[in-house]
Formats: sequence, C-alpha cells, structure tokens
Amino acid sequence: MTVVDVRDHDAPTVATGAPAVVERIRPRALRPLDVGLFAGSVVAGGALAWLVFFRLTPMGGGLGFVLGWWVASLFVYRTVVHRHLGRQAATDRVMAVVVGSAAVGLFVPLVLILFFVLQKGITALNWGFFTETLEFTGPLSPADEGGALHAIVGTLQQVGIAVVCSVPLGIMTAVYLNEVRGRLRRPLRAVVEAMSGVPSIVAGLFVYAMIVANSGSIPVIGTVVSWLPFSGRFSGVAAGLALSVLMLPTVTRTAEEMLRLVPGGLREASLALGAPEWRTALRVVLPTARIGLVTAVILGVARAIGETAPLLLTAFGSASLETNPLEEQSSLPLFVYQQIRSPEQAQIDRAWTGALVLILMVLILFSLARFFGARSKVARR
Amino acid sequence: MAVSESAIPVRDEVVPEQPSREPATLVASNVSAWFGDRKVLESVGLEMPARTVTALIGPSGCGKSTFIRILNRMHELVPGASLAGSVTLNGIDIYGDELPPTETRLRIGMVFQKPNPFPAMTIAENVLAGLKLSGIKVRDRDALVEECLTKAGLWNEVKDRLKASGGSLSGGQQQRLVIARALAVRPQVLLMDEPCSALDPTSTRRIEETISELQEEVTIVIVTHNMQQAARVSQQCAFFLAAENEPGRIVEAGPTEQIFEAPRDSRTADYVHGRFG
Repeated sequence: MTVVDVRDHDAPTVATGAPAVVERIRPRALRPLDVGLFAGSVVAGGALAWLVFFRLTPMGGGLGFVLGWWVASLFVYRTVVHRHLGRQAATDRVMAVVVGSAAVGLFVPLVLILFFVLQKGITALNWGFFTETLEFTGPLSPADEGGALHAIVGTLQQVGIAVVCSVPLGIMTAVYLNEVRGRLRRPLRAVVEAMSGVPSIVAGLFVYAMIVANSGSIPVIGTVVSWLPFSGRFSGVAAGLALSVLMLPTVTRTAEEMLRLVPGGLREASLALGAPEWRTALRVVLPTARIGLVTAVILGVARAIGETAPLLLTAFGSASLETNPLEEQSSLPLFVYQQIRSPEQAQIDRAWTGALVLILMVLILFSLARFFGARSKVARR
Repeated sequence: MAVSESAIPVRDEVVPEQPSREPATLVASNVSAWFGDRKVLESVGLEMPARTVTALIGPSGCGKSTFIRILNRMHELVPGASLAGSVTLNGIDIYGDELPPTETRLRIGMVFQKPNPFPAMTIAENVLAGLKLSGIKVRDRDALVEECLTKAGLWNEVKDRLKASGGSLSGGQQQRLVIARALAVRPQVLLMDEPCSALDPTSTRRIEETISELQEEVTIVIVTHNMQQAARVSQQCAFFLAAENEPGRIVEAGPTEQIFEAPRDSRTADYVHGRFG
C-alpha cells in the first residue's frame, strides 16, 4: 500500500534532448512518518505504563515497569499503525518490533558482561600482567605487581593440546557419520550426543582417575597408562585431555552439520569423474566445507577455553611459569578462580584483569581463525 | 585448498598417464531398476553406437534419468537402489569384475542437470579435477586445460581468469566448464542428464554446438525434455514412457528422423508432436 508521490507534474513525460532528472523512489526507505509513529508510540506507552504503575495502582517501578512500558508501547503502536496503514501492516510492524526487541534483549546482557569485565579488569591491567608471574607476589602485594604470564602460557598450551587431540578425531568422526555412512552411524551419533552432555567436572574426574591418580591398580589399562610420561601426577597434558573430552562432541556435531551443507551434487560430480570415495571426501567435500569446519573448531575452543572445574583436578595450578606441560600448570580460569576467592582487593582486581585477558584471548583467537579460514587460494571474482 | 601433487599417490602401474581412448559402443540389455520395492524401469534394451548422439526423450518420471545413471554406475549410490540386466562397454560388462566402478566412471563420464563445478577450486583446477581425483598423471597441464576448455567452447571467455573460482561463472559457462572437466579424463562415453534445462537459449545453443563437435571423439547419450533439441543434436532417439503406477519402458527407439517423422507407435507420435507430456 505505497502511495507513489509524483511531485513534479510539469516534468516532460517524453524525453526530448537533455535527459530528464529522474526522481528515484525507494519504497522500503524509512519515512519520517514511520519514525514518528514508532517514537510517539514508545512515549505514549511510557506515559501509559507510568500512569498504571505509579499513579493508578501501587505496583511501583522496577522490572515490571519496563515490561509494562514495552507491552503498552506495542499496544499503542499496533493501534496507531492499524489506523494509518491497515491491519496487515499493523501485524507486520508489531511482529517486527517483537522480533527486534528479542534481538536487543539478547544483546543487552552480552554488552553488560563485556562492559562490566572491562570496567573492573582495566584497573589492574598493565604491561607487567603479560610479562610477570605470581611467583614472587604475596597476598598483600599491590595489584600492579605480579602478572598472569604463567596462566596465559598454561591456557594456550592446554587448549592447544585439546585442539590437537580433538579436531582431527572430531572431523574424521564427522566424515564417518556423513560421508562413509557406515553401520555404526546411529550408535556413534548417540554416543557423541551423550558425550556432549557430560558435565565438565565429570570429564575432569575421569582424567583424574585414569591418569592423574593412576596407580596401576586398574588391570591392563592402568598399566598401559602408567607407561605414559604424564601418568600419576597433575600436568598440563592431563588438563588438555580433559578439555578435549569436552571439545570432541562439539567439534564432531558441528563438523557433521557443516559437511551436511555440502551439496550432494558435488559428491556425485566427483564420483562420476571416477574418483574413489575417500578422495571425494578429502579433496571435494572437506575443502568445500572449510569455513564451516573452522567454525566447528572455534565452537570447540569456545567450549573448552573457559572451563575451570576439570582443570582443578588435572592441571592443579601453579604460581610460577611452567612451560613444560608435563608439569603442574596454571591457566587463566584457574588464575581467576584462585585470585577472586581472596579477601584482598589487589587480588580481586587481578582476577578481573585475568577475566578480561581471557575474553580478549578468545576474541583474538576467533579473529585469527576466521581470517585464516576465510582466506582461500581461489579468488572470488 | 591447494591441491598439491605430492599428496596424491600416482597410480602409475594401473593407468599409465593419459590413455588415448576411442569412442565405444554402449549396449544395455534387459535393464530393470528398483528404488526399494518400487520398480521404475522394466527390461530396457538399447544400443548406443560409437560416434553417435543418442537422445533419450519422454515425460517426467518415465525412468530416463534412472536409466542414464545405470549406464555409469551412479544408480547404485542411491540408498535402496537395485537393478537387473547388463550393460556392456565395447563388450565388457561394466557391472562385472573386470571393471571397478571408479574405472567405469572414468571411461563413462557424466554431466548433470545442475551445473556443479567444485567451488573450492579455480577454473583450471576444475578442469583437471577428474585427473587429480582419480590419481592420473598428466604431462602438460596447461595444454590439457586449454584443449578441454576449447572443446567445451569456453576457452575464449575464461582464458584470462583461469585462477578465478568456478563458482564465479554464469550458469551456462559453469555447465560448459563441467563438460570440459568431464572431457579432461578422456572418456569413451559422455552421458548428459538434461544438460540444458537450467540454461538460457544462448547457452543452450553453445552446448548443442559443443555436442556436435564432440561427436567424433566420444559417444554421447543425452536426456532431454526439449523435443527440438533432440531433433537437432541426435542421430538416434529412444522414447521412454511409464503408464500410471507402472515402471518405465522404451516405447520406440530408432533413427531420429524416423521417431520424429514416421513413428511407428501412436504414443510416440502424440509425444513428439506435443500432444501430451
């Protein structure tokens, strides 16, 4: 129901000589009327909610008022749009506002978290935080002393170990589930799904019982595990293994979904060229799904990098720099956990800075993964 | 993803470089096909002689596509699909032990209805994809790329952007790229399943020209819904028809002029004159 506004009635309709200046019509552009209707409705809704919450009933402010404001605005908006543009437009606009508010509602907590961590974490953030450890820092040292280098190194190593263990395994499992389509497909998918429900503390306990506390008492498996160089003690490797247990289902499921998005026509094309199935998977399906597979890895890392509980049982924590993952190590989540429990303000500040660095690290890792994942030899022209 | 040579084991012993192959005669006899318990083809027999374009015509759902997919062992990739009868390539049973399925598909290429270039490969890599995917060595890549693209009538349009993605081409160009890719493995037979149904008239004409030019070096079997196209490109024609709830059969097969001008069966006459289907 767009009314085309023909302003220039005197303009020649047949082009003679010089090209006539054409007025472009943008039917979907936001007009002042639309903005006015919406803004007016929000103001009116606010007034209505204020009346109801503060004048007519003794309900009072808070969350109820905001919710009441929202409902009243929607109601007013619907009525006004209905009057101006008809029923269909009213439903359309109201639904757009509902969906839009959901998006904003999702955004608010995210921004709040970032803002909160940034505000609290920035106080103790200095260069020393990235170059020093807590080895010579006591509980009463000021916040600008000491740093989290040991924790950053620990997190990078442990997550790296987890990626190395779980990504090849996860992607190969996804290839089995979606390309090979073997007999074990259904039970395997059920196992992967069940695995994604394993609480992180249980994954930590599992590695603790199997490796960290392994005394060789479990027949066969215990003996085999005891031959490993990291058996029988806390270590970064054990932490990496616990994290890979958590990452594996995420990587596998996401990778499988991504492989499923590869058009079947490409597989057929490859097979019709005389390619064996393994080469079709390796040379056609996986490269086509490349960006999706990067997403799978990102989601897996996101699942693992913030885990604290399994690390308590595996990496144990340390105050000094330990670059050998076969030894006890710290990690950023552990650092935050151990510092925030202190009553000393300096340590609490340091914990918030640790949280900020963890968020920044995730951000940087994701940007790098996106950058390298999207960069392809094939130019898209 | 970079396709490096070193990563692919070369099957030197089995396929010594690019074999030069002559067009071959494909004979289907008594072919029936099922999807699960549903029979879709009933004892189809057809000889597709070398250096000939054979057109398969008929209304939708009459089993043409199933038949053409049986000819290079693509039918069996559908879960629950089965078949009976035999298909021979110059006398060799393609369902026998003599030819593994990959070798069969190498000799009998296929072009699909929807253009399907590999999006993760460049135009040149797409042309060479069949060789890389089947592990065949090739001495002069650039020459082969040029030769195949020229045969497919695409060389002049893409010679300056061989490193661009295959997905950057138009639909008609993509289909010709796919034909070039199929030709690069030097097939003896080229099957085309409605290759022009998603294309505009200009691209269709280019592909028909390509088909006529290729006729001397490869046996072509083409499924088409376009009667004029069948009349233009083929020398031999087979008319498929499926009665309601019955499997598809060949109603009539023979020289194209005969099918179009003096069909023996009244149903063929009705179909080629556009009275049904």
